Amino acid sequence: MLKRIISGIRGIGHRVIDSTWRLGYAARFFILVLLKSTTSLRRFGLVIRELYFTGVLSLIIILVSGLFVGMVLGLQGYETLQKFGSESAVGTLVALSLVRELGPVVAALLFASRAGSAITAEIGLMKATEQLSAMGMMAVDPVARVVAPRFWAGVISMPFLAAMFSVMGVFGGYLVTVVFIGVDEGLFWSQMQNNVDFRIDIANGVIKSFFFGIAVAAIAVFEGYDAPPTAEGVSGATTRTVVTSSLAILGLDFILTAFMFRGIS
Amino acid sequence: MPPETLIEVKNLSFSYGSRSILKGVSMTMSRGKVVAIMGGSGSGKTTLLRLIGGTVTPSAGYVKFDNHVVHELNRDALFKLRRKMGMLFQFGALFTDLSVFDNVAFQMREHTDLPESMIRDLVLMKLNAVGLRGAHHLMPGELSGGMARRVALARSIALDPTLIMYDEPFTGLDPISLSVIGSLIRRLTDALGTTAIVVTHDVQESLKIVDYVYFIADGVIAAEGTPKEVSQTVKPFVHQFVHGEIDGPVPFHYPAVAYHSDLQLEDRLA
Amino acid sequence: MQRTTMDLWVGFFVLLGIGALLILSLKVGNLSTYGAKQSYGLVGNFENIGGLKVRAPVKSAGVVVGRVTDIQFSLETYDAVVTMRIGSDFTFPKDTFASILTAGLLGEQYIGLDAGGDETMLKDGDKIMITNSAIVLEEMIGRFLFDKAAEDDDESF
Repeated sequence: MLKRIISGIRGIGHRVIDSTWRLGYAARFFILVLLKSTTSLRRFGLVIRELYFTGVLSLIIILVSGLFVGMVLGLQGYETLQKFGSESAVGTLVALSLVRELGPVVAALLFASRAGSAITAEIGLMKATEQLSAMGMMAVDPVARVVAPRFWAGVISMPFLAAMFSVMGVFGGYLVTVVFIGVDEGLFWSQMQNNVDFRIDIANGVIKSFFFGIAVAAIAVFEGYDAPPTAEGVSGATTRTVVTSSLAILGLDFILTAFMFRGIS
Repeated sequence: MPPETLIEVKNLSFSYGSRSILKGVSMTMSRGKVVAIMGGSGSGKTTLLRLIGGTVTPSAGYVKFDNHVVHELNRDALFKLRRKMGMLFQFGALFTDLSVFDNVAFQMREHTDLPESMIRDLVLMKLNAVGLRGAHHLMPGELSGGMARRVALARSIALDPTLIMYDEPFTGLDPISLSVIGSLIRRLTDALGTTAIVVTHDVQESLKIVDYVYFIADGVIAAEGTPKEVSQTVKPFVHQFVHGEIDGPVPFHYPAVAYHSDLQLEDRLA
Repeated sequence: MQRTTMDLWVGFFVLLGIGALLILSLKVGNLSTYGAKQSYGLVGNFENIGGLKVRAPVKSAGVVVGRVTDIQFSLETYDAVVTMRIGSDFTFPKDTFASILTAGLLGEQYIGLDAGGDETMLKDGDKIMITNSAIVLEEMIGRFLFDKAAEDDDESF
């Protein structure tokens, strides 16, 4: 019995040390990627190519999800608000929830599972098939040539995707409450515009999504680059990308929200 | 005049953690020759190539390439040196997101400022040399194993290197592709005046094309010589390897305790 | 590699993203109503601000003319110092009267400005001299009950 407890504690300790080690390694890799980003900035064509794969190919899922989330928000918000006779505030509700929270967070979660996992799998497979070693032997740094462009493409596309998600959501809310239910259109927009502040709500939402983009892209490229060069290794890394990014997004969201809305309301 | 030495390997040792892969290997390779490095699986052949390419650092000894000690170079000098080396990886390692044309053009675009029209001519020349000029628009996924290997070969000679390293170029190929690759290695080496190192365990094919053979076993050089000397040798290890005998100095059995004690025959009989 | 089609798609993507940001700022947010315009700052001391918050609107005759940007507590006068930014289009006389009002019974609180008749206008950084505190419901009820009790006491004599 005592033996089992001791081995259990040892296992926990081992895991903690192991993850700390990995975290440090990941941080070093992140710095390395930043330092080697000059190539991708000089040859922006590389980033544009990756923008296609991370950004453009995520468009459909982001737009459709945004529309549905907005429609649900409109429906739920209307149900609750009409009990208090303030159904005209439904525009405010939809817009504020989307711009402040749901837009950046849900878009980032979708982005992690759509583009993040693809980045990890691609880099992991390139490693497993020795493409990265081959690049190194050709005197081309794989971090500068393969990793950095994918990282920057992720960072750039995330705020755009989050903004599109929010716009589609607002449109979805408008569709449900104004077009289907019949809330006054003028009140819907004016209430929204009166209560959504550019600097506090919209700019902060964009800043959030920018941070989420950095987190997802950094995790995705690191997991891919660090993946064991086998089929199981790559599939495990892909799963880890989605899990770790989702946790990172939600954790970061709390921290950023605490910073941004401190002292207000 | 003896041919000029391109690569000198001296007392080279390397270990992964506590497991030593190479224990004091010495060899010299002169310009314009095709040298084969043979040995069983896991004998450290590929590691030797990595040491020459400078992707790993030796624990003792050195590799001298073109009068530079490889592991003492800094990063920039090493990258400069690697431009003189081409390497053909075991399964080609073509960039799967680039077409055949872009794969061959990769190094030219990364390392030179040649105009696109000149790159086009050069790439088609390289592809023509391996007989795949007509396949320049295909993606790596659309190629057969042998064709992929030939494209990778064209890619590794893209910048006219002084040394080409072939890591198991014959693995998993049908007999026709195998002879094609074999003769290409020989012809390209002669035509471009390069040096070639072929790491392989395909004895019959490689003995046809190489000038000199090194056998590696247990991290040391077990035998060396010209193909003629090697095939007539009486050394038991080389004989076993060349003729593919099942048992010999390289045992069939992984080291184990005596068979009858493993099956606990004594206990049962007792 | 079809570079051109890919570039086209990425261009389309970026345009869409910038468009979304513009819609958010102009249509969903209030950047179009005051944010982009020039503004000037005013300060006012209030004995009690009630539930006034940063970002609350400043209205005159019911029209939003600015926003509250900062609320501080003054240790010299022991009252609240409210900073607000007013759109440059709206100028008010020196003797303007600022009071904290409530929109409806339970609505948000805002600052109402009643223009006076002075010739000189308030400039950036000026202080509004005449202020009226928020009406705090508890105080009002407390006063009402007190008065009522006093009345009852009078009657008993």
